[in-house]
Amino acid sequence: MHIKSKLYNKTLYVLLCGELDEHSATHVRMTLDNIFSNGNFNQIIIDLSELEFMDSTGIGVLIGRYKRMKNRNIPIFICNPSKHAEKIFKMTGLYEIMPKIV
Amino acid sequence: MKTNNFMEVTFKAISINESFARLCVAGFCIQLNPSIDEIGDIKTAVSEAVTNCVVHAYPKHNGTITLRCEIENDIIKIVVKDQGIGIKDIDKAREPFYTTKPSEERSGMGFSVMESFMDKVEVEHNGDKGLVVTMYKQIISSEKQVGNA
Repeated sequence: MHIKSKLYNKTLYVLLCGELDEHSATHVRMTLDNIFSNGNFNQIIIDLSELEFMDSTGIGVLIGRYKRMKNRNIPIFICNPSKHAEKIFKMTGLYEIMPKIV
Repeated sequence: MKTNNFMEVTFKAISINESFARLCVAGFCIQLNPSIDEIGDIKTAVSEAVTNCVVHAYPKHNGTITLRCEIENDIIKIVVKDQGIGIKDIDKAREPFYTTKPSEERSGMGFSVMESFMDKVEVEHNGDKGLVVTMYKQIISSEKQVGNA
């Protein structure tokens, strides 16, 4: 699991690459928290176009990051989910707190 | 269920084996000529069942997980079995968003995802030790799907 990020116009872009499951969850949590703790940005866009697999563990990871950013009034948006990730997001209502953008 | 083919594998209940379990089942299912979507559904459901064992079944030591797949015509049956501490109230555990570990950022959606991605999911006690999760999915082969399009 690799995570890339870049800051542009006060938007933090994060690209998740690989498989997000219980095995990679701790690494993803720690890396995202580290990236989110630095830099001057007012919104986050998480790009899932390179995410090859995700199960419901990923929902827990994303909701955890949402709670942290909510305290700082920084919204998180999701883009390019796979068909399967989208199915899990719709089931769990994740888009209600992390809207999907095109 | 009369089986045309089966495979069974036992492995240690540690998280690195989640991807092994997913790929193992996906590889076995290939003979049914599934679509990419069906393979994705199966991989996700297997991952949920194995993750449950890794996270909940063995709080004190790393036990084992047995994964068995059976093929009967166009139906794949997947059995994920552990010998861990089990679940007292299975019906409660199957409710969406139910988790015994909210502090660990767990979604509590594992069984809901399995039910959504497979045709049928059964959860039973494994005798007096552990849990057996049995999932079924009919594979509509990709050739048929193209033919119907």
